[in-house]
Amino acid sequence: MTSIVRTFIALFVALCATSSAAALQVFACEPEWEALAQELGGPNVTTFSATTGLQDPHQVQARPSLIAKARRADLVICTGAELEIGWLPMIQRQAANPKIQINQPGYFQAADYVRMLDVPTVLDRSAGDMHAQGNPHVQTDPRNFEPVAKALAERLAQLDPANAASYASRYQDFSMRWQQALTRWQEQAAVLKGTAIVVHHRSWTYLENWLGLQEVASLEPKPGLPPSGVHLTEVLSQLKSQPIKLIVRTPYNDDRPSQWLAERAGVPAVMLADTVGGTPEAHDLFALFDDTLQRLLKAAQK
Amino acid sequence: MNSIPCWAITLVVAVALLLPHSSLAADHDEIAEIHQEIQTMKSEYEARIASLEARLQAAEQATKSAEAKAESAQTTAGNALVAAPPVAASAPASASAFNPAIGLILDAKARYYSRDVGDFRIPGFSLPHEGGLGVEGLGLGESELNFYANVDDKFYGSLTTAVAEENGDTTVSVEEAFIQTLTLPVGLTVKAGRFFSNIGYLNSTHAHADDFADRPLPNRIFLNGQFGDDGVQVRWLAPTDLYVELGGELLRGASYPAGGGSDNGKGTWTAFGHVGGDLGDSQSWRAGLSYLSARANHRDTGDPDAPDLFSGNVDMWIVDAVWKWAPNGDAANRNFKLQGEYFARAEKGRYTPAGGVALPLSFDQDGFYVQSIYQFMPQWRIGLRYAQLEAERLGSSFAGTALDERGRTPWDVSAMIDWSNTEFSRIRLQYNRDESGLRPDDQVVVQYIMSLGAHGAHQF
Repeated sequence: MTSIVRTFIALFVALCATSSAAALQVFACEPEWEALAQELGGPNVTTFSATTGLQDPHQVQARPSLIAKARRADLVICTGAELEIGWLPMIQRQAANPKIQINQPGYFQAADYVRMLDVPTVLDRSAGDMHAQGNPHVQTDPRNFEPVAKALAERLAQLDPANAASYASRYQDFSMRWQQALTRWQEQAAVLKGTAIVVHHRSWTYLENWLGLQEVASLEPKPGLPPSGVHLTEVLSQLKSQPIKLIVRTPYNDDRPSQWLAERAGVPAVMLADTVGGTPEAHDLFALFDDTLQRLLKAAQK
Repeated sequence: MNSIPCWAITLVVAVALLLPHSSLAADHDEIAEIHQEIQTMKSEYEARIASLEARLQAAEQATKSAEAKAESAQTTAGNALVAAPPVAASAPASASAFNPAIGLILDAKARYYSRDVGDFRIPGFSLPHEGGLGVEGLGLGESELNFYANVDDKFYGSLTTAVAEENGDTTVSVEEAFIQTLTLPVGLTVKAGRFFSNIGYLNSTHAHADDFADRPLPNRIFLNGQFGDDGVQVRWLAPTDLYVELGGELLRGASYPAGGGSDNGKGTWTAFGHVGGDLGDSQSWRAGLSYLSARANHRDTGDPDAPDLFSGNVDMWIVDAVWKWAPNGDAANRNFKLQGEYFARAEKGRYTPAGGVALPLSFDQDGFYVQSIYQFMPQWRIGLRYAQLEAERLGSSFAGTALDERGRTPWDVSAMIDWSNTEFSRIRLQYNRDESGLRPDDQVVVQYIMSLGAHGAHQF
């Protein structure tokens, strides 16, 4: 009898141990936040990204697979600032998951922790796809990962207090490595300061701010509108008085407009990953910015 | 302020250094002289200390303002190595800050028909009021006004009204007015109020999100365009990676295919199940099976001035499937959508044709549509749709009534092209070859759909 009781207690303890050791389920809207959750969570989290580096996060649909994933998520990490407004609210409403609703600890918006740029003073859609809170592409400036990582580590600890020490030490470790990398990147990129560029979409405001690049024009006539022949011709004539060195686009932007301009303006068009997985080289956050700088430096030398 | 003790110490040391000299000088006059000197030095030092204090204060002020300038410069240029957390948004604290999101849809159509549609009929079917063709010529369709917001932490609420003009009267109708739970456990969601039923695929989406200017033929005939009613819906989402949704609705039974709010106002119920998922990065799908049971009580169809009446039971099954493709899952430039629904309906009861006597009826009808939409470049989409209906052949007592199928299989085929400047604006041209009526008809529709203000996220 006692042996049965012992076995039962042992089994119960084992079950409790496994259930408490069950990893935190993280649903990231974009790959950069999945990568950050992996850096900070390590073995304590299992992660899923709703989008890949080859998808425009504005344009995702509230697919059944995403609703099913969100149903079991303990934490949803998104950029916010209306980047996911076309699909995330639908997923939150359909997923029947109290934990990930707005204002719950299980809903984390990176844009809440960084200084937003391009905040419009006048909200009118005649100016294109406007985001009231500012340009949402915050992940293109690596300095923004520091405050987001700090807040995310705290959030992970809040949701999973048993592993709080692990999140704190992983954050310290990440932060140290990130500061070292930042110093390295800033040294490498010093030569890029003042480089004039044309962008496809205004995805690069934060990168420009970081490296001191000068955005002369964008290929989209208004944010979110596809480049038109008329507008491209205007940009080309603008470049006569304002010469540029590079044309920058994401992997999911149509390459034809930037190729068209590159041929006529005689400057290289460069594709930069705007998140992890956007290029084969950008397999984690560190590699993402290594790759971005390599591509920029290589193209700027031409 | 640290420099004051420093100067005091210097003074004390200086005095101390002078003291040995004074002790050496025994002369009283000398002592008086030295005392005088010390007094002079003291006053000199005091003056210098005062002036230094003033300069120090000025310097401190300057540093402070320089720091403030640097800080504001950092704020504007965002030059800080590590950005500081944002300052709380300075939104004005007014009562209107809690107003729900407001979305407005402006939708108008111009229609051209090659035949007179005044006597449009589909043999074998008694048409519900939205089952026929729209008014010919230039016209304002439905303008839709939508308000929505989270009520609090547990509820979401939404109201959608449609403003339209019918026969010279402006009507405002409540399309949807519902609340929905957000925080029920174990994957449950409850919706209550008036809402579009979750049966099938297309039924629960708003018409402004449709890919064609009109609803498919079977949706018009079997669901009166779009089936919504007052009631309660319960949905359960399975905790699996495969999307599995099961649910049901208990409804008043005021809307077609029910009628008359029968059974003390709970005359209709539905059950539905949907499964879905992804196939790699580029493809996604959803499929479903739905059932609707309705009781009709003097349900009127056909000509509103001389209606056909039906009282009895309606059983309907819907099978639906949708498959979507986009290269790498990025729908921005190119994407493809294939969808279809099959409807089967059985009606048992008493049917009273216009101007006739009541006839016992046991009647099966079915129909389907298949459509595909291809966005071949940003802003531009083309679509093709085929739809078909079939009604059971009834006995001779039904000859000449709307339910007499006259040996025909009604069908239509539609082709459309639309251009969307942004996701908020769309202009569409559509052509229908309509062989659902007694005579073939060529139809052309030009439509615009514009979305103003807040625009809620769309369903899959």
